[in-house]
Amino acid sequence: MRIYISSVFVDDQSKALDFYTRVLGFQVKHDIPMGEHRWLTVVSPENPEGTELLLEPGDHPAVQPYKTALVADGIPATSFQVDNIDAEYARLRALGVAFTREPMDAGPVRMAVLDDSCGNLIQIIEMKAA
Amino acid sequence: MNDDELDRVFKALGDPTRRRIIDRLRERPNQSLFEICAASHAEDGAGLSRQAITQHLDMLQRAGLVRVEWSGRTRIHSFEPGPMREAFDAWLRSRLQKGKRR
Repeated sequence: MRIYISSVFVDDQSKALDFYTRVLGFQVKHDIPMGEHRWLTVVSPENPEGTELLLEPGDHPAVQPYKTALVADGIPATSFQVDNIDAEYARLRALGVAFTREPMDAGPVRMAVLDDSCGNLIQIIEMKAA
Repeated sequence: MNDDELDRVFKALGDPTRRRIIDRLRERPNQSLFEICAASHAEDGAGLSRQAITQHLDMLQRAGLVRVEWSGRTRIHSFEPGPMREAFDAWLRSRLQKGKRR
C-alpha cells in the first residue's frame, strides 16, 4: 500500500489552481471535469511522479465548520517541505502571500504558516541539517 | 481586586506550565494555539497535548493574564500583565513592607 494522494478542501477550485500553481509553483497532474467540479490534482515539479495534492471542492456542509475551526486555532491543513524556508518566505511575500507566522525555529525544523487564500492555512518547513 | 480575582491570578501562576506559557507569550506576543503548541513541543520534547494547553490557556485567560484577539480569522494570544500588577498592589506589596504587621 502506498500514499499517492493527499487533499485540501478549497473554497474555489479555479482560484486554488492559480494559487497552487502560479504562486506556490506546483504543476497540474490531472484536471478532469466531474459534474459541477473537477478532479484537480497538482504535483511538485521537483517530483512529478510523486504524491499528488487533490484540490478538493469544499461544498459539503461539514467542510466549512471544520476549516473555520482549524484556522481559528492557527492549525495548518497540510504541510510542504522546502530546501530554504527564508528564501521561500521572501519569494512568496513578494508575490503577495499572507503569512500568519513568519519563519520560526521549532525543534528539528524551521517552519512558517501561510494563507492559501482558499480558506486554509498551509505550513511550510525546512528540515535543519542534523 | 477582590479575593476571587486574587485567587484566579495566584492559581493561574501556581503551575510551571502556565508560567512557561506566560514567558513564551512575553517573548513573542500574538501567538495562535498552534504556535503555542509548536513551541511547547520544540522546547519540551514530547510536550503537552493540545487539549492540555487549551485548558492552561483558559485558566490564564480567566485570570486576565492572557488576552485573546482575532487576527483575521485566527485567534491570537498575548500576555497581559495588568492583573499581576493589581495582585501586587492589592496583596503582595503590603506584605513586603517592613515594620507593618497587617
